[in-house]
Amino acid sequence: MQLAVLVIFIAAALTPWLYPKLQGRTSTLLALVPATLTLWFASHIPAVASGETIVHAYQWIPGLGISFDMVLDGLSLLFALLICGIGTFIVLYAGAYLKGHENLNRFLVILLSFMASMLGLVLADNLITLFVFWELTSITSYMLIGFNHQSADARKAALQGLIVTVGGGLALLAGLIMLATVGGSYSLQEIFNSSEVLTEHPWYTGMMVCLLLGAFTKSAQFPFHFWLPNAMAAPTPVSAYLHSATMVKAGIYLLARLQPELGSTELWVTVLTSVGAFTMLTGAFLALRNTDLKKLLAYSTLMALGTLTLLLGIGTELAMIGFAAYLLAHSLYKGALFMLAGSVDHEAGTRDVRELGGLRKKLPVTATCTIIAALSLAGIPPLFGFVAKELLLESVLENMFNVVILGMVVLSSIFVVCVAGLVAIRPFFGEFKAAKNADDIHEAPTGMLIGPVILVVLSLLAGLLPGLAGSYFTLPATYAVAGGEIEGYLALWHGINAALIISLVSIALGFLLFKNWDKVYTQLRKLDPVIARGPESGYFKFMDGLVFTAEWQTRLLQNGSMRNYLRLIILSFIAITGYTLFARYQVHWNFDLNVSFYEVFAVAMLVAGAAAAVLTHSRLGAVAYMGAVGFSVAMIFILFSAPDLGITQILVETLTVILLVLVLFRLPSFANISSTSDRISDAFVAILTGGLMTLLIMVTIEVQDFTPISDFMIANSVPEAHGRNIVNVILVDYRALDTLGEIFVLALAAMGVYAMIKFNPKTAPGSNHYAGTLILPPKRVPEKDIVHSLEEIHQRMLEEQNIVDAVPDIEHDPEVDAAAKQEGKARADVANSNPKMIKKNAQHDGVHDYSEESQAHQQDINPDMNEPRGGSDDPESDTQDTNTSDPKKGAPKQ
Amino acid sequence: MMKPGTLILHVAARYLVPLQLVFSIFLLLRGHDEPGGGFIAGLVASGAFALYLFTFGATVTRDLMRVDPRNLIGVGLIFGMVSIFPALLAGEPLLTAQWWDIPLPGGGYLKMNTPLIFDIGVYFTVFGSVMLMLIALTETEEH
Repeated sequence: MQLAVLVIFIAAALTPWLYPKLQGRTSTLLALVPATLTLWFASHIPAVASGETIVHAYQWIPGLGISFDMVLDGLSLLFALLICGIGTFIVLYAGAYLKGHENLNRFLVILLSFMASMLGLVLADNLITLFVFWELTSITSYMLIGFNHQSADARKAALQGLIVTVGGGLALLAGLIMLATVGGSYSLQEIFNSSEVLTEHPWYTGMMVCLLLGAFTKSAQFPFHFWLPNAMAAPTPVSAYLHSATMVKAGIYLLARLQPELGSTELWVTVLTSVGAFTMLTGAFLALRNTDLKKLLAYSTLMALGTLTLLLGIGTELAMIGFAAYLLAHSLYKGALFMLAGSVDHEAGTRDVRELGGLRKKLPVTATCTIIAALSLAGIPPLFGFVAKELLLESVLENMFNVVILGMVVLSSIFVVCVAGLVAIRPFFGEFKAAKNADDIHEAPTGMLIGPVILVVLSLLAGLLPGLAGSYFTLPATYAVAGGEIEGYLALWHGINAALIISLVSIALGFLLFKNWDKVYTQLRKLDPVIARGPESGYFKFMDGLVFTAEWQTRLLQNGSMRNYLRLIILSFIAITGYTLFARYQVHWNFDLNVSFYEVFAVAMLVAGAAAAVLTHSRLGAVAYMGAVGFSVAMIFILFSAPDLGITQILVETLTVILLVLVLFRLPSFANISSTSDRISDAFVAILTGGLMTLLIMVTIEVQDFTPISDFMIANSVPEAHGRNIVNVILVDYRALDTLGEIFVLALAAMGVYAMIKFNPKTAPGSNHYAGTLILPPKRVPEKDIVHSLEEIHQRMLEEQNIVDAVPDIEHDPEVDAAAKQEGKARADVANSNPKMIKKNAQHDGVHDYSEESQAHQQDINPDMNEPRGGSDDPESDTQDTNTSDPKKGAPKQ
Repeated sequence: MMKPGTLILHVAARYLVPLQLVFSIFLLLRGHDEPGGGFIAGLVASGAFALYLFTFGATVTRDLMRVDPRNLIGVGLIFGMVSIFPALLAGEPLLTAQWWDIPLPGGGYLKMNTPLIFDIGVYFTVFGSVMLMLIALTETEEH
């Protein structure tokens, strides 16, 4: 099973390499991977259906109790089949839907990575592994929602989804750790098998709240539901896969997984039923006030997710059977509906149900499939959705649970019938309406149809043969959720009972609602202001507050003054260390010294160097004195027989002096800008530090809390590590991992220095409105000069050029022009050296023909972009730009 | 700011660079038993080119080095990463030191081991990092 997850990741990694070779056929080939895995998982159905649990063990970090074990029981199998099965169709669908899209290969990479993460999530046995996959699905989902990254809406929706789900993920991690601590193991299997009763533990409430926060954010339960409809900014294959069939069900999966161990307490039942029922009703109700096909489906997904939570909350045997059936039914019809909605959008050019109509003749297959899937959505026999809905109603009725909840269930099933009508009847019947001409509308390509057709057929088959679907798919899942085998079966016909009557009534009422939807819709629009104040506005307020706090504390702490940073760091060090020192140890002066002449000499040189560095009035002098301090330290190392340290210190000092000298020339001339009181307070801090360090050393000489590790290293250095130089053995053998990290840090630091030195003036702090605004107070830039995008720069340059053309004769001072000519040439060189950027810039604006103009524009655009902001304040420099940059007209006329 | 150096510096730099480079390799190889090692050796090697840099300027030093310091960093990191995997082949945890004694024709043995490969990685990374910073700084001075 580990291999199954790995194979998908490998396929994802190979995609960028396959795509240039196979182009459009890539997705067909890639679909083979999940298809094969579906078959492989399907081959386990008989074993799992007979109650077996398949475990594949694999060690990961045994020292921390983290394993890569994977477990296949009824619940994971159902999920795995859905992930791989629907995934196959989605990959095929994506290939056709995004055909010719320049980023199709990237899309497939992320989609497959998501698939692997999701599969890992449902198979993982270890809580930490589960969490890792959980977060991976959040991240890949972020990239998929934001796939059209040029659209601001998509970016915003992606970030919103990420923040909500990852925020919940943090709570989940806390909850999982509590679960592991209380349950005594990180393995789910072991937690279930242990005799510990988790529900009576004092941590139970806290643990449950954390776990539920994680699950509710992921599964878009009220009040976190707002991110899911926004996530419809993603391309349709993503919506069909992540936001209906798989990812949003991860939270539900987790709840179902934990149900046997944590469920059935009063708290659990209350929270899950109320949150679930409320989400269900909110989703169904909000769906009614949307006209976008995808949003309609998204809100009905919310309804389904709420229903699943509600069923888990009810927790009776019947509810468990209903849970698994509903899960399967929803995935089958919702995946199909999303794909079909995408086809309609793709072919007819719009997703607004008000602008669609009479498409059934143009899109016969799409229409038929949509109608069947929508019947399942509405819960009409003989579809599987009906079986599931009957079970839902029965389990609510069985307990006479709560009249309020029963009412909510009935109301939402009425609404959902109306939604089904909107999705399936409006676009396909009535008079013809579409965004495109009738002749341009064709049936979707096979790749886009095969998935929905098969899913719909499965929906129908499962509805006609519910016993089979039950015993092979949903009942084994039910056993896993219930924590043991229970009596039950699935059937289409339960006889004439209360559930059937309620069902029939709600279908009739729903149909009536659908007939009058236009009126209802206008009425519902009046509620907009109320809905705008919903939980989503809370999210925006939270984000604003976050940015405000971040800016405030950055201004406070990161104010750019080196002295401030140092003082803050040193004072916190003194406070923390000093407190520990005085609180824990007996501090006393220890003058029992035994020093040699050399040592006194070295120390005297060190002190003298430090004092001189403070007092000198020359920068170069200060650097030299600091060097003297460093060399004295090296001498002390050598006196105490640490040659390696000594050599290193000498070399580092040498190079530091060289570096400082090089940097020194970039600084303004030496000036004493600090007042006497500043210097006195600095001196005070310095003396405090020195005094503390002295005390610290005196105490550490006497206190020996642990036996030093050096004996072990000396003893083992030659026999174990074959080296006599212990320092080196530590560096490259004992603690090689640390060294490896350090060389990476060193490399990064060098790259950072390099980037800072060779920086682009455009990105330097203060050079434009955005750069460095967090570190420095934003430079006061007039609104007209604020540059938001490349297009804007471009536009401005075009405008400027028009002005120049209009006023060609400007008086010129010959000297200025000569200078300008030279400067302009230098800039033109810079511009030519960066052709890529220019090309991109030119492509942004497709309206103009750049074949001839581009040369002139290049030079127009770039001077400004390469120049710091300050330059444009000078009116003369503006004239220079316009003059010299245009070779055809701009030659100064004298 | 970087004016061509004096005659003594000119002559000294030319002779000292190869000597210091040889010395750095010596330090690198003896590091496991005697004072030395990749870090120190890398610093000595960069010291050699720093001297050259002060004498002849950035362009000439770049020519002499032939390799971009950024590539040196990359090479160093690759060596560092390569050294951690042989342990996996031997069925031990990552980074466990592996020792192979390769017999030489003269009857002696060549001590090949992963700590040495690792140390070479450290050497190149340190060398490349220091030179990258020094050359970049010098270049901005010269312009």
